[in-house]
Amino acid sequence: MPSTNVVRRVFKPALFLLCLLPLASLVWRAFELGGTNLGANPVEKIQDTLGQWGLRLLIITLAVTPLRDWFNAAWLIQLRRMLGVYAFFYILLHFLTWLILDQDLYWAGILPDIADRPFITIGFLALLLLIPLAVTSTNGMMRRLGRRWKTLHRLIYLIVLLGIWHYYWQVKADVREPLIYLAITLVLLGWRVWKVRRRLLPSHRGADRPELREET
Amino acid sequence: MLIRQPRPGDSAQIRPSEITPESVFLDRRRLLQAALAAGVAGLGGAWSEVASADVAPLEYKRNEKYSLTETPNKYEDITGYNNYYEFGVDKSAPAANSGRFKPAPWSVAVSGECENKGTFTLEDVLKGHPLEERVYRLRCVEAWSMIIPWIGVPLADILKRYKPTSKAKYVAFKTVMRPSEMPGQRYDVLEWPYVEGLRIDEAMNPLAILAVGVYGKSLPNQNGAPLRLITPWKYGFKGIKSIVEIRFTERQPPTSWNISAPHEYGFYANVNPNVDHPRWSQARERRIGHGLFDSRVPTLMFNGYEREVASLYQGMDLKKFY
Repeated sequence: MPSTNVVRRVFKPALFLLCLLPLASLVWRAFELGGTNLGANPVEKIQDTLGQWGLRLLIITLAVTPLRDWFNAAWLIQLRRMLGVYAFFYILLHFLTWLILDQDLYWAGILPDIADRPFITIGFLALLLLIPLAVTSTNGMMRRLGRRWKTLHRLIYLIVLLGIWHYYWQVKADVREPLIYLAITLVLLGWRVWKVRRRLLPSHRGADRPELREET
Repeated sequence: MLIRQPRPGDSAQIRPSEITPESVFLDRRRLLQAALAAGVAGLGGAWSEVASADVAPLEYKRNEKYSLTETPNKYEDITGYNNYYEFGVDKSAPAANSGRFKPAPWSVAVSGECENKGTFTLEDVLKGHPLEERVYRLRCVEAWSMIIPWIGVPLADILKRYKPTSKAKYVAFKTVMRPSEMPGQRYDVLEWPYVEGLRIDEAMNPLAILAVGVYGKSLPNQNGAPLRLITPWKYGFKGIKSIVEIRFTERQPPTSWNISAPHEYGFYANVNPNVDHPRWSQARERRIGHGLFDSRVPTLMFNGYEREVASLYQGMDLKKFY
């Protein structure tokens, strides 16, 4: 297992750069560097790419705890916050792209869209729910909220499902990719449910390792 | 692959030294024709693949009356950003996955309520019809649009040759079914083969054409080679591609997107800024080829072809017949 120092000095900066790659690639192509470009519909490309990576990062964030359990790699938890904050970052950019580049801040269209079009309503709701999670992601906030922090951050399950629903509803006919995301998410959620149930069953209680009890 | 193709707006910037000499150009045309002939003669798969992967120049006249004066979109956008689910659902998939498709030789079966039924080669279908260029706006149901210089023949002129009877109230079209050459057909994203249809008076409207080319050249595979429908006042999905069957019918024929999602896609699919798609607004559209910070523009009734087609729908509730 890598030391806390290695995680902090090597893994975290590497992950930081890795998570920046999708955005860097968009900026690179937007300026048509090296003969690249964003295709015929750059606004759509930017919006889709940002949304897709936001959703993927949300699911990756959700996968951290199961991965830690399966591979007995406690250090993974130290990467979870960065993944979650990046997910919020991409989803916020996705929303701003829609607002500014796609809708040109045309409020007469934007407000009815948010109110009347279920897939936009759902996406917007997911973004709103992410805001308190992003705001309380600091160490200070974690301390201050104590046990309530964990309760609050369970919202992530709902947010991921809303995000997948938003994506599923947006595609015209080929729902394979959103369904793959849903399958992965259900496995990750199922694992948690199974773990909690096992802990609650009296026959397993004694066998359970107490140090794992606190994390869900 | 990004090959920059010439376009009308480019001509002023092209230096004479950059223009391909005519002899080279003609040599290339001869090579293509030879390849095409070899392919048709069945001299071998390799030759016909060369022929199908490329496009040949066409002889045509611009129909000014039915052409927009706006500058058309770039060739690379028209041929690189496509919805042709038979080759994959991404916009770039048709250009990437259609290289194996063989648009020649080609034949079209004509059947149903008409006198001249039969199977005709593409050459037969087009014989005697001068090709004309029409610069049309294409409005996708996804709320984006392009300006495209199609080359084709009025649909009415072709249909009349098969002598539809008085029972022919509709005309139905079918796309070729070739999963081995069209990888998208291996997944049931839609029911294959793709089918479309028009009311007979819509089909006879002078705006409706069967296109065989774009930008002065034969259609690339990703744009529906070798024969496709263009109805510029309707959403793009009505423009069925790679047509192998034309059938005159008494009843309204089924159409692919309507089968897939009946509450979202109707039989008529007329461009209409006042009737939204259930999931998004149709009031404004994004012009392809404009800048990143360019605003959407208002969508026009019947995509701007109101004068030519509005009479077809007089007295109809277009919210009900969307």
